[in-house]
Amino acid sequence: MAITAQLFITCLADQFFPNVLKGMVSLLERLGVQVAFPAEQTCCGQPFFNSGYRTQARELAAQWLAVFGRTEGYIVSPSGSCVDMVRHHYPSLFPSGSPEQRQAQAVAARTFEVTQFLVNELKVTDVGARFPHKVTYHASCHLLRGLSAREEPKALLHSVKGLTLIPLSNEETCCGFGGVFSVIYPEVSQAMMEAKVRAIEASGAEAVVACDAGCLMNIAGGLRKAHSPVRALHLLEVLTAEGGAA
Amino acid sequence: MNPAPAAIDFRANSQQVPPSMPGAVQKATAKFLGNRAALVDLLGNDLWQQLRQAGHEARLHAITHLDAYLIQAEQAVAKAGGHVHWARDAAEAQRIILDLARRHHVKLAVKSKSMATEEIGLNHALEAAGIRVLETDLGEYIVQLKGVGPAHIVVPAFHLSKEEIAALFREKLGVEAPAEAQALTQIARQKLREEFLAAELGISGGNFLVAETGTIVTVTNEGNGRMCTTVPPVHVAVVGIDKVVPDWESLTVLLKLLARSATGQKLSCYTQFISGPPRSEGETGPREMHLILLDNGRSRILQTPECRETLLCIRCGACLNICPVYNSVGGYTYGYPISGPTGAIFAAQILGTQAAGSLPFASTLCGACNDICPVKIPLTDILLHLRQRVVEGDTLERAVAPAVLRAGARAGALALRTPWLYRLGGRVLAWLQIPFQRDGWLPRLPPPLNRWTLARPFPAFQPGFRTWWRSRVRAGSRPQ
Repeated sequence: MAITAQLFITCLADQFFPNVLKGMVSLLERLGVQVAFPAEQTCCGQPFFNSGYRTQARELAAQWLAVFGRTEGYIVSPSGSCVDMVRHHYPSLFPSGSPEQRQAQAVAARTFEVTQFLVNELKVTDVGARFPHKVTYHASCHLLRGLSAREEPKALLHSVKGLTLIPLSNEETCCGFGGVFSVIYPEVSQAMMEAKVRAIEASGAEAVVACDAGCLMNIAGGLRKAHSPVRALHLLEVLTAEGGAA
Repeated sequence: MNPAPAAIDFRANSQQVPPSMPGAVQKATAKFLGNRAALVDLLGNDLWQQLRQAGHEARLHAITHLDAYLIQAEQAVAKAGGHVHWARDAAEAQRIILDLARRHHVKLAVKSKSMATEEIGLNHALEAAGIRVLETDLGEYIVQLKGVGPAHIVVPAFHLSKEEIAALFREKLGVEAPAEAQALTQIARQKLREEFLAAELGISGGNFLVAETGTIVTVTNEGNGRMCTTVPPVHVAVVGIDKVVPDWESLTVLLKLLARSATGQKLSCYTQFISGPPRSEGETGPREMHLILLDNGRSRILQTPECRETLLCIRCGACLNICPVYNSVGGYTYGYPISGPTGAIFAAQILGTQAAGSLPFASTLCGACNDICPVKIPLTDILLHLRQRVVEGDTLERAVAPAVLRAGARAGALALRTPWLYRLGGRVLAWLQIPFQRDGWLPRLPPPLNRWTLARPFPAFQPGFRTWWRSRVRAGSRPQ
């Protein structure tokens, strides 16, 4: 019986990172996973939850749960932040002990961020990828601290042929995205982003890898603004480079 | 009630951070964090996590049974010969101290470092009554000379260089002051020595109040705390009601956590235990000892279960040191003497969201504060609850967010939760952006997203995945 993965594509990747999603589909299929895509999914509600609009967050969570509650198997997403929202905050949006909360808990328990799905569920670290470049890694906050994924992304990177992983100073320091934070306090967000970009440039890497669309929008934009030759990539883009997506 | 404070505008403050501030702050916080990490390593992470859990439980137990422990502490202090006063708010606390000062004809008061007295604006109140008040912690002494408040709750003047301090001493004290740490300390020490002897009143805070013995515990590094609490004839300690701990066993755990988390020391140089004034003729020390138990909104914090753990804080400053926002802006940007993540949650509740509603948003929710907090305060959860309080209101306060924002959120949520509207929206935006696109990026966006594009371009919409998926399904490359 093949493992099924329901793609939880997240609104940001849906709107801005189609290639990450395509790569995720090919990679999972190559690993023998049966991939499904519930097309009625929209946004998990995190932007509302994080800005205090809990009523609206609850509405979006209900929509998300209606879509994914109907599915079976794993739910897999290329964003640690959105998975953290589903896993740790959805249950708090509904009254204690209510059927909605029970459903939220049940669905949350089968929702995984893609690196944790690969490493901990499929037990795969070497996906046969080849990426002969110097790469540094930025640890996205909610993946790192929300989901405690400190090792999984690095285990995957270490198994990529030809890849040299260079340490990033202040690797675990936030890049300054913070969702609404970046527009509420743009000057502070900019200062944090610029510090991150300076650290990336100082590392001497050709590419910086992260696992969250929000961080990537922020860091990639910052690198572009600084006319830096360093590319910002989602980890999935490295795992599906050359190595042979079907 | 305290008079309504002026609203804190975190953004406006963040735009006025001096260029030298972030570097100075980061240099100091890196040192504290490095020292802390070395001591945690020495203990081993497992033991450290056990200590954190024990500290969390001790503090949670104390604030859950605050009523009982406060009464126990009051009785113990009274039994030891101290006078206990209860202050509902800042004004009441000020009045108690002013009465005391008048009764004892105080002209000069010396203070050791205390966040509670910063919180109640005690210095202003004393000065307005014609009483000179002198900060004696070196850092506080420096910022007082400069005419500003503390930039950090543990190390108030850590953002100032030796050169800046030397210039300040030359200007304000009229002395020869070389830009050299030891010389500057000697200057302050000499000045302060005279003042300790002249002062009629010593004011301190309290890091902890041990209920079983009524012991006020202060944790300092300079010895000035001892001078303030023993040399003047009257000592008054202003202690938040949240500072009470049940017994010496829990105190032991908390002392281990505090010094390691604050400055990366196993213990601070001075840990002082004050259990009442001298009991017999032969003993030295102040003739009178007063303890002011300060509420000032703390019991109100207890009313919201989601925010209750705000009061676990032992003011170690570790969450400031690790916070990337604090490190970018420094303490003054918070507009409140207690800054950083713990200051944001405290001020937003003590001052109310009308005045301090900008503070819970001054975080990227990165969670570094949660992980470093020695008593495991769920800081980001509390920040999130306070954001909800700002925009939706809760049992304690009405919403203060502008109606237009709330209407926008309702409309946005409707569009985002309706699958066809969401998909249509993506397509429309992808079409609208065409004239503004520059190889995959949008260099400028209309408000409010222009706040994003001030600093970096925004990625162009690429809603291509869904079409790709449908074409694959149609081509029958895989079963649906």
